[in-house]
Amino acid sequence: MTIDRRSFLAGASAGATIIAAPSLVRAQGAGPIKVGEINSYTAQPAFLKPYRQGWELALEQINAGGGVLGRKIETIFRDDAGKPEDAVRHAGDLINAEKVDLLSGGFLSNVGLAIADFALQNRKLYVASEPLSDAVVWAKGNRYTFRLRPSTYMQAAMLVEEAAKLPAKKWAIVAPNYEYGQSAVKWFKDLLKKAKPDVEFVAEQFPALGRIDAGATVQALEASKPDAIFNVTFGGDLTNFVRQGNTRGLFEGRTVVSMLTGEPEYLDPLGAEAPVGWIVTGYPHADLKTPEHTKFYEAYKAKFGDYPRLGSIVGYDTMNSIAAALAKAGSTDTEKLVDALKGLKFSSAFGTAEYRAIDHQSTLGAFVGKTALKDGKGVMVDWSYRDGAKYLPSDAEVKLLRPAG
Amino acid sequence: MIDLILNQTLNGLASASSLFLVASGLSIIFGVTRIVNFAHGSLYMLGAYLAWTLVGRFGPTDALGFWGGVLLAAVLTGLIGVVIEVLILRRIYQAPELFQLLATFGVVLMLQDVALGLWGAEDKIGPRAPGFKSFVILFGNRFPTYELFLIAVGPLVLLILWLLFQKTRWGTLVRAATQDREMVGALGVNQRLLFTSVFAFGSMLAGLGGALQLPREAVTLHMDLSMISEAFVVVVVGGLGSVTGAYLAAVLIGILHAFGILIFPKITLVLVFLVMAVVLVVKPYGLMGKAPVGHQRAHGPAEPLLLPADGLTKLAGLIGLIILALAPLVAPDHILLTLTELVIFALFAASLHFMMGPGGMASFGHAAYFGLGAYGAALAVKWLGAPMEPALLLAPFLAGIAGVVFGWFCVRLSGVYLAMLTLAFAQIAWATAFQSVDLTGGDNGILGVWPSAWAVSKPAYYYLTLAVCAASIVALRLTIFSPFGYGLRAARDNPLRAEAIGLDVVRIQWVAFAVAAFCAGIAGGLFAFFKGSVFPTYMAIPRSVDALLMVLLGGVQTVSGPIIGAFAYAGLSEQLMKLTMYWRFVLGLSIVLLVVLFPRGLVGAGLALRERWRKEPEPAATLVEARP
Amino acid sequence: MTAVSPAQIASAVAASEPVLVVRDLAKSFGGVRAVDGVSFSVLPGTMLALIGPNGAGKTTCFNMLNGQLRPDGGQVLLAGRPITGMKPRNVWRMGVGRTFQITATFTSMTVRENVQMALISHAGEIWSPFGRARDRHREAADALLAQVGMAAQAERACGVLAYGDLKRVELAVALANQPKLLLMDEPTAGMAPRERIELMALTADIAAAEGIAVLFTEHDMDVVFTHSDSVIVLDRGRLIAHGTAEEVRQDPNVRAVYLGTGATSGGH
Repeated sequence: MTIDRRSFLAGASAGATIIAAPSLVRAQGAGPIKVGEINSYTAQPAFLKPYRQGWELALEQINAGGGVLGRKIETIFRDDAGKPEDAVRHAGDLINAEKVDLLSGGFLSNVGLAIADFALQNRKLYVASEPLSDAVVWAKGNRYTFRLRPSTYMQAAMLVEEAAKLPAKKWAIVAPNYEYGQSAVKWFKDLLKKAKPDVEFVAEQFPALGRIDAGATVQALEASKPDAIFNVTFGGDLTNFVRQGNTRGLFEGRTVVSMLTGEPEYLDPLGAEAPVGWIVTGYPHADLKTPEHTKFYEAYKAKFGDYPRLGSIVGYDTMNSIAAALAKAGSTDTEKLVDALKGLKFSSAFGTAEYRAIDHQSTLGAFVGKTALKDGKGVMVDWSYRDGAKYLPSDAEVKLLRPAG
Repeated sequence: MIDLILNQTLNGLASASSLFLVASGLSIIFGVTRIVNFAHGSLYMLGAYLAWTLVGRFGPTDALGFWGGVLLAAVLTGLIGVVIEVLILRRIYQAPELFQLLATFGVVLMLQDVALGLWGAEDKIGPRAPGFKSFVILFGNRFPTYELFLIAVGPLVLLILWLLFQKTRWGTLVRAATQDREMVGALGVNQRLLFTSVFAFGSMLAGLGGALQLPREAVTLHMDLSMISEAFVVVVVGGLGSVTGAYLAAVLIGILHAFGILIFPKITLVLVFLVMAVVLVVKPYGLMGKAPVGHQRAHGPAEPLLLPADGLTKLAGLIGLIILALAPLVAPDHILLTLTELVIFALFAASLHFMMGPGGMASFGHAAYFGLGAYGAALAVKWLGAPMEPALLLAPFLAGIAGVVFGWFCVRLSGVYLAMLTLAFAQIAWATAFQSVDLTGGDNGILGVWPSAWAVSKPAYYYLTLAVCAASIVALRLTIFSPFGYGLRAARDNPLRAEAIGLDVVRIQWVAFAVAAFCAGIAGGLFAFFKGSVFPTYMAIPRSVDALLMVLLGGVQTVSGPIIGAFAYAGLSEQLMKLTMYWRFVLGLSIVLLVVLFPRGLVGAGLALRERWRKEPEPAATLVEARP
Repeated sequence: MTAVSPAQIASAVAASEPVLVVRDLAKSFGGVRAVDGVSFSVLPGTMLALIGPNGAGKTTCFNMLNGQLRPDGGQVLLAGRPITGMKPRNVWRMGVGRTFQITATFTSMTVRENVQMALISHAGEIWSPFGRARDRHREAADALLAQVGMAAQAERACGVLAYGDLKRVELAVALANQPKLLLMDEPTAGMAPRERIELMALTADIAAAEGIAVLFTEHDMDVVFTHSDSVIVLDRGRLIAHGTAEEVRQDPNVRAVYLGTGATSGGH
């Protein structure tokens, strides 16, 4: 595994490394390359504990192979506790006191947006791993920000493809009331209307993140008698929502289309109460047998004694894409890194992906499938990988969506 | 439609039950000990975690295992309450209310990390309750039987409490103590035992409330603060010390939530605090509460003498200012950033001190004005396209206007009631910012609030901050020694006497409230451009507590205290955060120790030491003023 | 017997109208008539003592005059102008000074600052946010303190004064607005006998010299009989006697009330 990793790095960056040889020599005496990683480790542990492990796995492999540019990579982890305010404070501290070479991380969309704005103001590279909001790369997109995960637009587009096939006309929506939820709902509605003009949206519930009053919310949705439901909640909110919805029969005779629910971090805690037949985006960790994934899976399991969650993939891929960018840039200079990231192809546990030059969004995809119960646990079935590149608007539209260019 | 209304009413009643259990415990504890226990939400959280562990161990599918686990969790929480009471609260019954509130907030921080250490950060999902896994059809809809069970728990507990209070000697004592604390002492009752048992009982109720939530929602580390702010609302609306009031209010809030989701899905949070404010304005002591008898400034020693700075301390202050002004010449950028923040917090703390020290009005929601200042600046940038300079000028006015409006209600109360109302208003401001997504961006905040080109560099912005904050602090200080400042102190020292020499106490305090809000707004505006972004967390409870800690750390009774306190606290907490993952525990512990050991604050303690050293004739009463 | 000569009283009485006129003052608490149709008046420069057993309605009556309680009925006139139901601070603005039964001073201020505070308020400067309050009305404050014999202690904190000295400070504060009427609730409560005499003699002197009418409640009959020009007696909310100390002492109703309770002096 480590050999493979090394050879991958060598292959991916060989050209760049050779060209950048002079700067490499200069850089060697400068100690490790520092990455400032800000994430909601204590607020969203279900996703971010595996994320950090995936990150550390990639880091270990890279440093075992001699690092990048002849330097080891070092990560300074900071916990933003789910608060953009804290994230901004850490970003300032990381740049000014710790002198990191670039920033990464961000789980919640609002946190990601805040770090992105900070990165622009301070002209530092920010590799946004998880924050899904489209604004990160479009409306508020900027030169210094790149994003790995498929965005709310992309995941909504993947789900709308399935939703449009359903006979359902009346839709109800439940989403957390912050950037990610608002953005996912907006795109889902726009795209579904476009695909199927006769749909109508009969109820919308926007509980505050982490504060859902599940019984009353379920009742309010039930009262609108929808044909289908679009769910954007995740984590603790999702658990409470599913439990109340199951008991109150909200999901019976209705199709639920749901963002992220197929991710093991959110499906596993539901145990035997996991919903059946929901159309979801997610990660069928146990059944995915591609060579890239199997290699990753085995290494992860060997190191941590646990199976990876989607967070592990995101952490692993983010670190690797950063390493690839450093190698390609041949320098830790922010402007050179930004140029290197534009159009950078990197190897992911899901296959090869690319940071698009046009909008800094990576083409990493997601799995769409249905939930089912297997041995008293929720799993994804009938899944297929949707390449992110296919679920993005045309370049002309993207240019309109991204004023920063 | 009618089905929906009935169903939503039932939902409201179901969520009212746990709220009532927590709130009634809080209310009983307040009634007897006069302590507003901020840590009550944490006890609720511990109850839930303990139940999760115990039920898991005893076997969740077995009825005895489940219910035994739930009850044992409640009892264990009661025992934790005993430990808290004996170790901490017992030492601070005589302290001013605010110190008590702060000490219990310290316990909140400590328990948060205890739970994190014991149970980890992942959400815990409990099993369903044996025998209550299904549903019944009610009004054409399925309704979970467990929710029905919860609906019954509320009145049942109310009945048990009533019987306990009416039919047992212990209950009689609790009622007597609630009405008149001195009387119990006179009856020859072991007051210590009574207080401890009451605290244990209240804690047990909170623990039960948490344990009963197990089948209903995931157990998380955020349960404590979200519950305590609701429980405060319930207790205050119901009337501090009244259990029946707590039940009525819990039902009111529960139903309000359920219907809020139907009718105003986007302002559910504001709605609750709005109702609280309305109730407090109409009935200042809650639905079933009574005006406290002789409660106003009942304890705490007389205010010590306040004198202007002597020559030496003025010189020290000047030197301090010069050092700060010269700092950019030698300090690297990241130190300058820290200094900028410290200077802003010094003004924030000084503004709170103005109303708290000379004004005698302890605010538990001062962050509202800091946050409104920040939002004032950010909104001006976002909606008016204003550059930094006019935005900074505008910022304090939003805060000041809020101070005028909120202050009008607040100054009519005193002590802990005033603190609770300021908290309610701060929560309204927070919830408004949080839920007015279109205007404020909600939880996303407002980004891109960066300074004008000339102030972008770190030294430039630092000088701007230092100039504005130093000028504001000096102005506040001059005001304290001006006729108005004297009038304010007169109103605090002795409101009756102040009225008897023609002072309009309420109006003086109202103006002081607005001035404090305005100055906090200045600090908030500077903070917005400093950080480049504004978020609802600027107004959240922890920021209000920060300000209180800065003031108390420095000492309320000195003018320079808050400045020293701001530097000490902000510096300390930042270092702590970097040093240990369990910084909350350390911070909480420091707060508790501070309250127990240094009730006069750092500057106060230092001055006391100096006095003793100088052997002045009137050691207790003379506090010579120092100021940087 | 009195510190003020009869001639002084006579001249004051002849020269002026009453400062305070109280007509049919009434107040009930939950159906109990605490004060029931009380009428009296006080002349400038004279001391009127308001006495009565515990629960007679003295404090209620007093608090209706100083504005802390709003009367149910009746009228209070100060120099001919109604002050009925006014708030305490407005009563003060009309020219009524006041001392409290339990001394009420500003503990975070020095003795001089306490008086300055009242002078600042009297001068209408309270809203001024700039300029040092310590520098305002300093001479006037010192003059008042000299008048009550507290000049030497002007710099001390009020919190550390002896009780008798505190009472003097209160008196100085009460005189700061050049009152027409001085209301003193139990002025000598808690004081040593010698201090009582000194304080009341001082008050009487000032009242006579400045032409201030003084109304005080008192438990100590020695003080009442020594320092009052006239006395009114309340019992169960009603005025049962009115006259000079000697007249009241001889009044059978008063004797019944006081002898019945067995309290003739020092009943606190």
